[in-house]
Amino acid sequence: MTPAFIELAYLAASLLFILGLRGLRAPQSARRGMVLAEIGMLIAIGATLLHQHLVSYQWIIAGVVIGSAIGTAMAVLIPMTKMPERIALSHSFGGLAAALVGISEYYRHSGVLGPGKMAALGFEVMLGSLTCTGSLMAFGKLQGMIAERPLTHRLQNGLNLSLLLMTLAMIGYLIPHTTSQALFYIVVGVSFLLGILLVLPIGGADMPVVIALLNSYAGLAAAATGFAISNSVLIVCGALDGASGFFLSLVMSKAMNRSFGNILFGAFGSESAAVIARATAAGRSVRSATVEDVVIVLKNASSIIIIPGYGMAAAHAQHAVRELGDLLERGGATVKYAIHPVAGRMPGHMNVLLAEANVPYDHLYDIDAINDEFSATDVALVVGANDVVNPAAKHDPQSPIYGMPVLDAELARSVLVLKRSMNPGFAKIENELFLRPNTMMLFGDAKETLMQLVHQLKEEG
Amino acid sequence: MMTIEGILWLYIFVLAAFVGYQVISGVPPLLHTPLMSATNAISGISLVGSLVTAGADYNHVSTILGFVAVTCATINVVGGFLITDRMLKFFKRPGDRQP
Repeated sequence: MTPAFIELAYLAASLLFILGLRGLRAPQSARRGMVLAEIGMLIAIGATLLHQHLVSYQWIIAGVVIGSAIGTAMAVLIPMTKMPERIALSHSFGGLAAALVGISEYYRHSGVLGPGKMAALGFEVMLGSLTCTGSLMAFGKLQGMIAERPLTHRLQNGLNLSLLLMTLAMIGYLIPHTTSQALFYIVVGVSFLLGILLVLPIGGADMPVVIALLNSYAGLAAAATGFAISNSVLIVCGALDGASGFFLSLVMSKAMNRSFGNILFGAFGSESAAVIARATAAGRSVRSATVEDVVIVLKNASSIIIIPGYGMAAAHAQHAVRELGDLLERGGATVKYAIHPVAGRMPGHMNVLLAEANVPYDHLYDIDAINDEFSATDVALVVGANDVVNPAAKHDPQSPIYGMPVLDAELARSVLVLKRSMNPGFAKIENELFLRPNTMMLFGDAKETLMQLVHQLKEEG
Repeated sequence: MMTIEGILWLYIFVLAAFVGYQVISGVPPLLHTPLMSATNAISGISLVGSLVTAGADYNHVSTILGFVAVTCATINVVGGFLITDRMLKFFKRPGDRQP
């Protein structure tokens, strides 16, 4: 096949990818859009297989077979609660693929390259390696293999920043001195290290932003690969992925009222001790309720807003939540779900879990769409959410989350909070919502508690 | 320092990023997780770069690196599209026609 024909195939694929992403604007068109993107992928791969440089196919076939087997197994077997882990892993694979192609390109030319190509290769291996190890760290933290709390030390920011600048300087030096081979491999090594060090200090509650940022880096690494091997469709797709990650990072950091720099270089959790001390000093205590108390409140409610958080995912409680919601609806109450953008561990985490549990998606409301309704609502039922319902964000300039948009749960007539224990959330910030007079706390595993509530409600008819 | 060809690649990159941002900023928060796995599958297109590396017989090292890269990229393409579809199937409401 002629190069012109391959380029035309790539153009068709690029258009299909953009149309496919456009389908994601509404749930009704989303699946059709993905079919378009899949066709685009087949066209691009088919055209590439006819590339004139390809002489042997056995390694390609082996890689595709093994990759398809692993990919299919992961896609079919992974529970929805583990989606953040899967996304983190796949960013890691994407980064690794980009880094390896970059290393191979450099190796086969023994560094004899034009300056433009060298710059592209430098960024490719840097972003690819950094994304690979950074995403593995994120995966480890999500899985609980690495402590989820921010791991910080005093020199950390200085160290990370100087390593980053050093890497960029080395790439800068390589551009006119492309044959300094040792330096190239040092760039690779330092970038792998940098990925680990950058994610190490970031805490669990900041994971949604980190995952979105790594998504963006994975895209940029793919685009850099495109520059390095002069491949147009790679540049387009890398740009699309990079733009998507960038957009999600913006949404997430806006939802937390924090800047990128603050998230990357200012780990949470050090200043909160003062807040906890202050809240306890005020001498207020929490009101712990029983299942029976809560059932009475629920039975008398005609409007209920359920606020899910990471605790729901951790307890796999989404089906129990839906069961309770259905039961209350059958009893004549209106039930809505309020979803904060950073609830959970990745963008859209709660939406997917509730959709999996068969909650119709028109019952799921964004923060802006529902916040005005709390004052006219009988019960706000908080299931494993914490920081996203902390009223301190609105009025306490001392609070580390001051300024973050939060759900106005405290305005509901009664607030019911299902929570594992009185431990503060992952951001380790005391929540004054739990101390309010209209709040009832129900401690225990969210799933078990919900099942007891459902059982009790059914018993009483 | 920069070749015309290089500038044309940059041109494509900037326009694609711009179009991508415009299209993607219309995706509602409801579908942000499927969006992530979809873009992840699409950027598995780095497969096309890996394919050439693995199959061009440049040298042994390139072939092995290419083979690992093909495996990683295929995991993302196949797994990404499958899991996106698995998720999108969940999003329904009463009265929606099931495709």
